[in-house]
Amino acid sequence: MSDKSHDPNQMTGAAMIVRALIDHGVTDIFGYPGGAVLPIYDEIFQQSEVQHILVRHEQGAGHAAEGYARSTGKPGVALVTSGPGATNMVTPLTDALMDSIPLVCISGQVPTHLIGNDAFQECDTVGITRPCTKHNWLVRDVNDLAKVLHEAFYVATTGRPGPVLVDVPKDVQFATGTYHPPRKSDVHRSYAPRVKGDATQIRKAVALLAGAKRPVIYSGGGVINSGPEATKLLRELVEVTGFPITSTLMGLGAYPASGKNWLGMLGMHGTYEANMTMHDCDVMLCVGARFDDRITGRVDAFSPNSKKIHIDIDPSSINKNIRVDVPIIGDCGNVLGDILQVFKAEAKKPDIKSWWQQIAQWRARNSLYYKKSNDVILPQHAIQSLFEATRGKDTYITTEVGQHQMWAAQFYGFEEPHRWMTSGGLGTMGYGLPAAIGVQVAHPDSLVIDIAGDASVQMTMQEMSTAVQYELPIKIFILNNQYMGMVRQWQQLLHGNRLSHSYSEALPDFVKLAEAYGGVGLQVTKPSDLDGAIKEMISVKRPVLFDCRVAALENCFPMIPSGKAHNEMLLPEQANDEATAKAFAGGKALV
Amino acid sequence: MNQPASAYFIEERHDPNETHTLAVLVQNEPGVLARVIGLFSGRGYNIESLTVSETEAQKHLSRITIVTTGTPMVIAQIKHQLDRMIPVYQVVDMTQTRRSIERELAMVKVRGQGEHRVESLRLADAFRARVIDATTESFVFEITGNTDKINQFIDLMRPLGLVEVSRTGVAAIGRGPEGM
Repeated sequence: MSDKSHDPNQMTGAAMIVRALIDHGVTDIFGYPGGAVLPIYDEIFQQSEVQHILVRHEQGAGHAAEGYARSTGKPGVALVTSGPGATNMVTPLTDALMDSIPLVCISGQVPTHLIGNDAFQECDTVGITRPCTKHNWLVRDVNDLAKVLHEAFYVATTGRPGPVLVDVPKDVQFATGTYHPPRKSDVHRSYAPRVKGDATQIRKAVALLAGAKRPVIYSGGGVINSGPEATKLLRELVEVTGFPITSTLMGLGAYPASGKNWLGMLGMHGTYEANMTMHDCDVMLCVGARFDDRITGRVDAFSPNSKKIHIDIDPSSINKNIRVDVPIIGDCGNVLGDILQVFKAEAKKPDIKSWWQQIAQWRARNSLYYKKSNDVILPQHAIQSLFEATRGKDTYITTEVGQHQMWAAQFYGFEEPHRWMTSGGLGTMGYGLPAAIGVQVAHPDSLVIDIAGDASVQMTMQEMSTAVQYELPIKIFILNNQYMGMVRQWQQLLHGNRLSHSYSEALPDFVKLAEAYGGVGLQVTKPSDLDGAIKEMISVKRPVLFDCRVAALENCFPMIPSGKAHNEMLLPEQANDEATAKAFAGGKALV
Repeated sequence: MNQPASAYFIEERHDPNETHTLAVLVQNEPGVLARVIGLFSGRGYNIESLTVSETEAQKHLSRITIVTTGTPMVIAQIKHQLDRMIPVYQVVDMTQTRRSIERELAMVKVRGQGEHRVESLRLADAFRARVIDATTESFVFEITGNTDKINQFIDLMRPLGLVEVSRTGVAAIGRGPEGM
């Protein structure tokens, strides 16, 4: 060290990175070392404030950081090397962008003089990750590093949250410069997300709500991202107005599933009552959701007779898919607070008794019906049993992507936000296992369960090794139907039952696999053994692979067939071959 | 609607396309142009013309002028998507304000002799194009104006021996005393 060692703010780039993490309250990061990040790993070795979790593949680090972020509301941090380390992060970054998850990725880069030279493990990281981050930076001067790191945390966590990446060449990590703690001027002057909603628009919204005969509240992940205050206000608004409420996949838990105004999830595999309520409503209040194509069904037939109010912090979400009547740009919590205040002062609870009677009729259709069996475990039954066994416990659920994910959303009741971690926008198979690791790191004493499918879970199975190394007792609850179930379902419904490459041939023995990793393997095939096995899984304080053999050909209903509207759902009791063929009648062209 | 078998809802949209000129004020930093262009290609928006240069060096500000086409909903999306980029200060729809002036500069090389050569000079004069290079068998004209005027001039030069065209793309500015 030079004479400047007296100045505590003189340090190497690598030391600045660790210092910035500490200054931003980061206690855990997920990563994988390599040539271009060795100076940072050297700094990590020499301190104890930031714990580093070594994953087995960089994608695992990204999803673990996402799980950490979603379950805490704090940013998740991943550290990867240049080249393949960075390219392996592309999936989690994109996943986080689609689901608005605050993620800070720090990547190593080859030394500045080698950039553009096709050096060993070089890739154009900022170029590759530009479309899959909210913003990214290549830092060429160590004296810019502190500013960029602070801005990175600010951008990731404010406005509509999202992933950011800071690419740091190795010579910058070695170089010595001046660090400064976070300050306001670190951020681009051009970045100023709007938090407070426009007062005139809020009055218009309240007038619509107060005059509604057939209202519905449609909430999304934005409420959860906004923080605990938004959840509290949403619940209060439901209470004050008496309106029915549904939510997107990402929004589950903001309103409790046991709440009396809860309609269940909406959308392609949502409940009949939620979708019919959306279709027939006269006033729709969309809070922190984005009218995604899995939600709307056919756009020109989406809720045709309603006035729509849309609260979103991202102006680009407004009028993207569906034209709305009263857009309000702002933070969900802030705007909900203002709406509540005006509503309470100036409006009365509208009388919507007949609307609730109509909803009760839709509910009576029992759209989540399935036929239990004594011989074989139905996947829906497995989730219900898991829910019952974990009810009242301090539980976090992650999922992979496919049928099991939809069944989990339908049958597992979430009472609180941040308890449900799933890949909604990008639909990333392999998300759930590493996400569970991230959740367990953040909540070491909680019960963390990944509801998985036999196909998805194999995409990131290697992270079992991480779970064993750090003694993270995650439970991988595999609904094993020996198929890529959702792919098979679509093939059955749309492609003449030609099951092209959707059968999971040569599945591993999950029990032996668990044991090979040093975890615990359990298998259950009979419905009568299910509850006992789940109990055992919960009581084991080690990572578990739970191989739940379920009915192989069960399909996920209800369902809005492609090209159909909310009021044209296919219900389970109608899903015989003839009705299905009719509902999906159309061209045979593949798109 | 005859929907092909697909996991996506396929819809035809029939709204007519409009052409808009957008002025985008950005922080001049590495990669900023790539971000803007990447947004257009990544989301399938059109770029008809793109002009970019630093306009305020001491503040590191650049101005990007983009001419794009799309339905009114798509145009609104483009503006919002641009506006939410971190280094973007401001997006102004010069077409929507209806109070803007658009100009483009083109250099047009024409080769010919005899009557063609004389005619090209005569037309250049009518269009207020200047001769900025000449040989005994060619001219390079410099012409400034809106896009239509330049297109018209180029069309007229075609039968007279048009060789090559270089255009700057559109730059736009609002009328009146107010700044952007």
